[in-house]
Amino acid sequence: MAASEQPAESAGRWPGRLHVVTGKGGTGKTSVAAALALGLAAGGRRTLLVEVEGRQGIAQLFGTDPLPYEERHLTDAPGGGEVRALAVDAEEALLEYLDMFYKLGAAGRALRKLGAIDFATTIAPGLRDVLLTGKVKEATTRTSGSRRAYDAVVLDAPPTGRIGRFLNVTAETARLAKVGPIKTQSEGVSALLRSPMTAVHVVTLLEEMPVQETLDAVADLTQFGFPVGQVIVNGVRPPVPAGRAVTAAELKRGLAAAGLPTDARTVAGLAEEARDQRVRRELEDSLRGDLVELGLPLIELPLLPDGVDRVGLETLAGTLVRAD
Amino acid sequence: MPSEDAAPPLDVDQILADPGVRIVVCCGAGGVGKTTTAAALALRAAERHGRRTVVLTIDPARRLAQSLGLTELDNTPRQVKGLDVETSGGELHAMMLDMKRTFDDVVLQHTDPAKAAEIFANPFYQAMSSTFAGTQEYMAMEKLGQLHARGDWDLIVVDTPPSRSALDFLDAPARLSRFLDGRMLRLLLAPARSGGRSMFSLVTASFGMFSKVVQKVLGAQLLTDLSGFVAALDSMFGGFRQRAEQTYRILQADETAFLLVAAPESDAVREAAYFAGRLRDERMPLAGLVLNRVHQPAAPGLSAERSLAAAERLADVGGHEGTVEVLRAHAALAQQSVREQRVAARFTEAFPAVPAVSVPAQPADVHDVDGLRTIGEAISRR
Repeated sequence: MAASEQPAESAGRWPGRLHVVTGKGGTGKTSVAAALALGLAAGGRRTLLVEVEGRQGIAQLFGTDPLPYEERHLTDAPGGGEVRALAVDAEEALLEYLDMFYKLGAAGRALRKLGAIDFATTIAPGLRDVLLTGKVKEATTRTSGSRRAYDAVVLDAPPTGRIGRFLNVTAETARLAKVGPIKTQSEGVSALLRSPMTAVHVVTLLEEMPVQETLDAVADLTQFGFPVGQVIVNGVRPPVPAGRAVTAAELKRGLAAAGLPTDARTVAGLAEEARDQRVRRELEDSLRGDLVELGLPLIELPLLPDGVDRVGLETLAGTLVRAD
Repeated sequence: MPSEDAAPPLDVDQILADPGVRIVVCCGAGGVGKTTTAAALALRAAERHGRRTVVLTIDPARRLAQSLGLTELDNTPRQVKGLDVETSGGELHAMMLDMKRTFDDVVLQHTDPAKAAEIFANPFYQAMSSTFAGTQEYMAMEKLGQLHARGDWDLIVVDTPPSRSALDFLDAPARLSRFLDGRMLRLLLAPARSGGRSMFSLVTASFGMFSKVVQKVLGAQLLTDLSGFVAALDSMFGGFRQRAEQTYRILQADETAFLLVAAPESDAVREAAYFAGRLRDERMPLAGLVLNRVHQPAAPGLSAERSLAAAERLADVGGHEGTVEVLRAHAALAQQSVREQRVAARFTEAFPAVPAVSVPAQPADVHDVDGLRTIGEAISRR
């Protein structure tokens, strides 16, 4: 049920229709993208979850067969919504594109046989990216009748190290294609990516490298003129009350009161764990402080003890979309 | 992990001390501490085993890079000063890969300066050398080949690029060959090879439809640039491909040891298992698995259940808030440890013969030489 005039209940926190999700490798950006697609579909809406790197991360996450280059039903969302999924492949996108504009038909297949498509997408990385983002743009703006095909499109985008270049398609293709439809295409993509319809979200963990890459990516994205949406902190452990350090004597008394062993090894072991935990918490607090300084909205997602299964995804989806 | 399932222990010191081992390649998914592991191993090889070591890092964290004296990305190994190498007589050199510069060097090596300048100015070259998704992998291979050929080091420790897939590193030579041997490239090269006549006439004659489409879609200037680039490729890449294939053979040799780096998380373990399978298929010597960021309770005698139950009791009684907090944290840690062992067991079950070592999670990130030493100790702890 796609109705553009129906205001999304989550519009406050998730304005726009194209959500680009990036993050350092290992931060769980695919899970976050999937959870966001699920959350935004809840209550009878329809979203599209897109991947562009040929990793089949969505299929792995949902335990489905590898996704084809075709929009497919992925899962139902709570309250009657639907998440569809698409794995964009640059070669297929180029063929589709050529076909759309030049009615190539069998000639397109001949081109592929020649290796022309592989060649074109290999030699000109900017071309590859403009095809990928072009397909995302098409899905985001597609309508059928007066309705939009999707209420929201969520892109599981390349990691932070490559995101600026990936989105900055005009600059990349302008170096190669000075005129022609590819240039026009890249300008259209660029306009959408820089419009309020788009938001780029950065996923991080409370660890040094991911936070550093988040800061760098936000700076890059801002410099290139892309609207940065939220910083999403994934895998956050439950807050521990920042009490003072417990002494060995106190600990020993407590253990005795609880009827637990109070041998030196247990006491020393527990004290060591508590010390490590405190070091970790201080580091996390300081990293969180760095993120807060960005002045962007910050969402924290809980660490899922049992990994990201379906229940876990819904937990994350609920946290993301409820957090108004 | 029940002991009968446990992998044989990985003896990292034996690998690092073995004069027959000249290359250690650290590979695995992104975000598992590959670079830190590579740096820690290289440091240990120099300090403990007296080897003249160079570590090739791809994209180190800023502070880690600084701790190794890598303040600039100049694509040349620099000696790391202030290490504890007096007794061992070893040396540590470190470098960060600059892929564009490595690519430029390859071009310079294979052409005269005038031709090189022409290539550098070509927009296709600029795009490919700085942004092509596979370039970093090719260049890491190229650099490894160069370092190996120079013969200046006893041991080269390589960190692999944070690719979309760790496998890209292995696939680089094959992909390059496929690309260079592609019919497309040969078609485009035909005019250049036949004496540099305008490619348009020939191309139009042989496959006019293609050139028409390309001209329509991309514009004529692009075709001219492309033709120039392809001609340039042809003149220099024969040698490059040959070296990439040579490097590939070095990776298969006994002088190389692959270390898989993973963390006890589903994705990382899956990637490691996939990689282990690939190494086996490619007949590349897999020395073992380094499992980073493993959580181990320091008070292993106390189970999560018992700890939690006691915490609840104490909380009801009151007066022991500090202990309650410690017990809850311990329970969470113990649960995490069990989960991690379960995840790690997936690798061990699939590859029971691959030696493995667990490295405890560090409370804080590593960004100095002392931290690297600690990691080195932990990896070698047997």
